[in-house]
Amino acid sequence: MCLAVPAKIVELTGHDAVVELGGVKRAASVVFIDDAKVGDYVLLHAGFAIEKWTEEDVREYEEILRSAVPPEASS
Amino acid sequence: MTALPSVSELAGLAARLGRRIQLMEVCGTHTMSAFRSGLRSLLPENVALLSGPGCPVCVTPNHFIDRAVQLATAPDTVVTTFGDMMRVPGSHASLEKARAQGAAVKVVYSPLDALEEARRHPELKVVFLGVGFETTAPTTAWAVQEARRSVPNFSVLCAHKTMPEAMAALLRSGEVRIDGFLCPGHVSVVIGAGAYRGLVEEFGIPCVITGFEGGDMVRGIEMALRQVVEGRAEVEIQYTRSVTWEGNARARAALADVFEEDDAEWRGLGMIPRSGLKIRHAYAGQDADRVFAAVPRQPPVEPAGCRCGDVLRGAIAPPQCPLFRKICTPANPVGACMVSSEGTCAAYYKYQ
Repeated sequence: MCLAVPAKIVELTGHDAVVELGGVKRAASVVFIDDAKVGDYVLLHAGFAIEKWTEEDVREYEEILRSAVPPEASS
Repeated sequence: MTALPSVSELAGLAARLGRRIQLMEVCGTHTMSAFRSGLRSLLPENVALLSGPGCPVCVTPNHFIDRAVQLATAPDTVVTTFGDMMRVPGSHASLEKARAQGAAVKVVYSPLDALEEARRHPELKVVFLGVGFETTAPTTAWAVQEARRSVPNFSVLCAHKTMPEAMAALLRSGEVRIDGFLCPGHVSVVIGAGAYRGLVEEFGIPCVITGFEGGDMVRGIEMALRQVVEGRAEVEIQYTRSVTWEGNARARAALADVFEEDDAEWRGLGMIPRSGLKIRHAYAGQDADRVFAAVPRQPPVEPAGCRCGDVLRGAIAPPQCPLFRKICTPANPVGACMVSSEGTCAAYYKYQ
């Protein structure tokens, strides 16, 4: 139930955002995020952004996905 | 980022342990990830992963489901819930079965959707089932605040729970030996890594806050093993891209405004002091327990033979339950741990 996924803010009016994840857009609240801006990556849970990710965090996530299986098991 | 540790690095660390150790992954999402990524089968022989009580659906006691079913059959009342709760068996019926028999139950993705349902139907009483840990509870808190401002026909049936006290209760019972925790990543986004310092101080147990991808978990396990090998017990954050020491201040403020600490009943663990969240009196009009106080309660009935409780404490693995795979399957679940996609029994059924 505690699943959360990274999403990108593409529109923002007050605390109401539209976020994009995997090509899908949906409404989300950024009421728990300090200083949210269009273009920010956020961690989305049950329709709410619960944390902001930096560009570096996004890169780390992509790298971890690429090496989803421990190195020796994939070879 | 530092490179991920390889399987042989884990094996090298494990060899230095000189004994068998058990790490508990507290969160149900970790349980699923460890199976799905194949990680469980790659672990060194003397390192075991135990599944913990971190599946909110699984630890929700029968009487809560019973109450939700009752309210869903009350006149002019709609119960809204996350989908995970639908198939959890209560004493007599799940919400899904009750809906098939005419009860008003609607699945929502977010408390925002439940609130919207109430706005659209002012003639109905809309109840949202507040289930989940500190990750989810702030989203309920926000809905409660908003309802008091402008949505009078919305209330929450609250069974929100908090993690650190439940982890302490497991350690205090001494029933299962736990050498380290992989702490729940998204709970920790809200409460912050600092929330586990008490556990480390009281029990001298390594706590590593871990992310949910296979690679995160390999690294989290490596960090926990290293602590055990070096005789350290600290709070460490593997999941640095999401977790800070302080947590999310805004989410914590919403929690503090709407809820107060309360003792809570956990399936399998019983009553744990200060492990639950109760809606404050200032929000009485949004508390379904108070709004529907006149609807009489019925005593709960537990299913015979079901050992969900032992599974949730890590005392047995699902195959040790006599019902597992025989009477209890995902298509016909007897206990909650077989229902939820992140339940330990469901994970074993699917992957082992």
